[in-house]
Amino acid sequence: MPFTKKLQKFNATVRSVEVGTGDKAVTLGGGNTLPFYSFDAPTTNTAKIGIEISDMGLAHEPDCIKEVYAGCETVADMAKKAITMEGVDFLCLRLEGGDPNGENRPVEELVAVAKEVAEAVDFPLVVEGCKNVEKDAELLSKVAEALQGKNVLLMSAKEENYKNIGAAAGLAYNQLVGAESAVDINLAKQLNVLLKQLGVDSGKVVMNVGSSAAGYGFDYLISTLDRVKAAALGQNDDSLLMPIITPVASETWSVKESVATEEDAPGWGCVVERAIDMEVETAVACLACGSDAVILKHPTSVATVSKLISALS
Amino acid sequence: MALTGIQIFKLTPKKNCKECGCPTCMAFSMKVAQGAMTIDQCPHMSEDAVATLSEASAPPMKTIKAGVKAFADNKNDSEKEFALGGETVLFRHEKTFVNKTRYAASVCTCMDDAAVEARLASVAAIDYDRIGDRMYVEFVAVDCAEGAAPEAYAALVKKADGAGRALILNVKDEACAKAALDVCKDKKPILNAADASNYEAMSKLASDAGVVLGVTGASVEELYDTVAALEKAGNKNLILDLGTASIKDTFANAVLVRRAALKDTDRTFGYPSIVNVGKLASGDSHMQAALAALFTMKYGSIVVMEEMSYAQALPLYGLRQNLFTDPQKAPRIEPGIYPINGADENSVCLTTVDFALTYFLVSGELERSGVPCNLLISDAGGLSVLTSWAAGKFSSGSIAKYIQEFEIESKIKNRTLIIPGKVAVLKGDLEAKLPGWNIVVGPTEAVMLVKFLKDMQANA
Repeated sequence: MPFTKKLQKFNATVRSVEVGTGDKAVTLGGGNTLPFYSFDAPTTNTAKIGIEISDMGLAHEPDCIKEVYAGCETVADMAKKAITMEGVDFLCLRLEGGDPNGENRPVEELVAVAKEVAEAVDFPLVVEGCKNVEKDAELLSKVAEALQGKNVLLMSAKEENYKNIGAAAGLAYNQLVGAESAVDINLAKQLNVLLKQLGVDSGKVVMNVGSSAAGYGFDYLISTLDRVKAAALGQNDDSLLMPIITPVASETWSVKESVATEEDAPGWGCVVERAIDMEVETAVACLACGSDAVILKHPTSVATVSKLISALS
Repeated sequence: MALTGIQIFKLTPKKNCKECGCPTCMAFSMKVAQGAMTIDQCPHMSEDAVATLSEASAPPMKTIKAGVKAFADNKNDSEKEFALGGETVLFRHEKTFVNKTRYAASVCTCMDDAAVEARLASVAAIDYDRIGDRMYVEFVAVDCAEGAAPEAYAALVKKADGAGRALILNVKDEACAKAALDVCKDKKPILNAADASNYEAMSKLASDAGVVLGVTGASVEELYDTVAALEKAGNKNLILDLGTASIKDTFANAVLVRRAALKDTDRTFGYPSIVNVGKLASGDSHMQAALAALFTMKYGSIVVMEEMSYAQALPLYGLRQNLFTDPQKAPRIEPGIYPINGADENSVCLTTVDFALTYFLVSGELERSGVPCNLLISDAGGLSVLTSWAAGKFSSGSIAKYIQEFEIESKIKNRTLIIPGKVAVLKGDLEAKLPGWNIVVGPTEAVMLVKFLKDMQANA
């Protein structure tokens, strides 16, 4: 008996969320198959890649990133350069300098940086906070206000501060809300429900269900992504049909495989190659489980992952 | 398709002879259906019935054994050969993935001697321990370029065998395949040679040598027909080569084959798989890294690269280790002393639990701080800090006992011990149980360790 392909069809479709405005706007989500299963149904929208820059400019970046942005004097200069890289779909500005345990830059200063970047480039923009829930509540609300009309994705509203960020970004200033939960399908679902109860349009929410580097508890992320996709598509679970965005660079560039110098780890070879492959492999593994967008840092990683996405769609 | 107890009962002699140890044939049938007993434990079953039943109750995907292991995977591993396939689920959260993906680097008759030697040296260089598992390149794939002489191919196979890894013979020419098997068949190589045009001859070679046969096809349908023909001829010691037509086709094949085997229990596709990412992205090391990660996730049993570098291997082996852990068991770190940043006996001590995730977060931050310190890991049941504390497995008693059992006081001279901020409550008790120690309450989150240690160093 010859082999007949049995196709897996789902009745649900992940919501499409448009980031940015005008012809450059980019759509996240919109898929109705498991990731890259283009043999089940034609690919309706491919996974997207963001490139990350920081409000701290190049101060904390490794040498290979300093080389990429050589000649850039301001964060806005970096933004202009970043969006010219091959395969980049959106720009991600990380306001890490706001961290009270780090540089503790004041909110006004960071909002000014965000504004400068948004004015310098006509490109879809994601703004990430500093991960401190109190600071982010104020910071991201102010950024949402300052960038009105740009249709920016603000990351992230967590359980502790979703009211502030959800209300500012989702209700008052008509931006997009990133909903971040800690590698657990139930927590992801709960936060989406809470945002909905607050009045935020579910069509304006993008989930970050957690992130980690390959080898660092990545098993939890695999199962969370697998299960969220299965519930969203298989059971048409409305509170899990948001597209998923996964910040990869912020995890992979700090693990020892990516930072240990050639003197510290003799035999491991070039540190730049290690950092790129760690970023590439983590990103691909995320995409293979269900991320609709990943955020990366090195242009070679962006180009490689982008080429793979095109090859699979 | 799994049979029910009633269906099995119909095939039994219904004598209730009790020779199998069960009171009735019905009870025996129920146990077989649950997988608690096997059908051959009934002495009166007819041969036909045994054949029907063992076919029906066999797992959907065969476990195929190949190669001779250069090293044990870890201290609990006693298998001498690599077990491939044998999976029962498509997603790790449904149960557990059982036989991890193996990796190969390639040599070819088209390479000159120096290049072959350099490649084999690079294979030997990848060898390290990650949380108790030995990570290395398990296979070397030996490619036979078109028109290569059998002697030349056999000589290359012999040289590759010298690297001490299991072998995959990528060859389409019968004479070359025979010459290669003559020099290496005791090492149980995989003869990756069969396709629709040559499968009869290659199957005979593989069966005579007692090795696994790799099968490929121009399309997934052709592959299916060739496997069906091989099975009909009696060869069920197979592995499926998913082809190298394009990244998109190979990925589709990987999923379609695995899904047919496990979801639709189509046993013709119930075999492990080989994916050659070296051929899919020749010369592009980053794309090969990307593809190796993709096919580790979705569903390669062996992933063949051109060359394996540390840059590619470090994330890949970490990914594999995570993917193939049992989701019902928390991954744990061996209790012990873990010196960080070149710490010695005079460096400050920190303690936390043996839950792997906690260990990685904490050790990562400690490395980032650059401060030399000793991380003391005690047996806390593989739970997170607060959970193990609540369960009484991470207490002043357990920490004090660990310090005594591991003879920390004779191994480390420093008497400062930093405890996780979440268990600050242990400070008083620990001071009483560990006289002479200065117990310091650390931060509540790992991310705050860098600042904490730097401040501590500055104030010292």
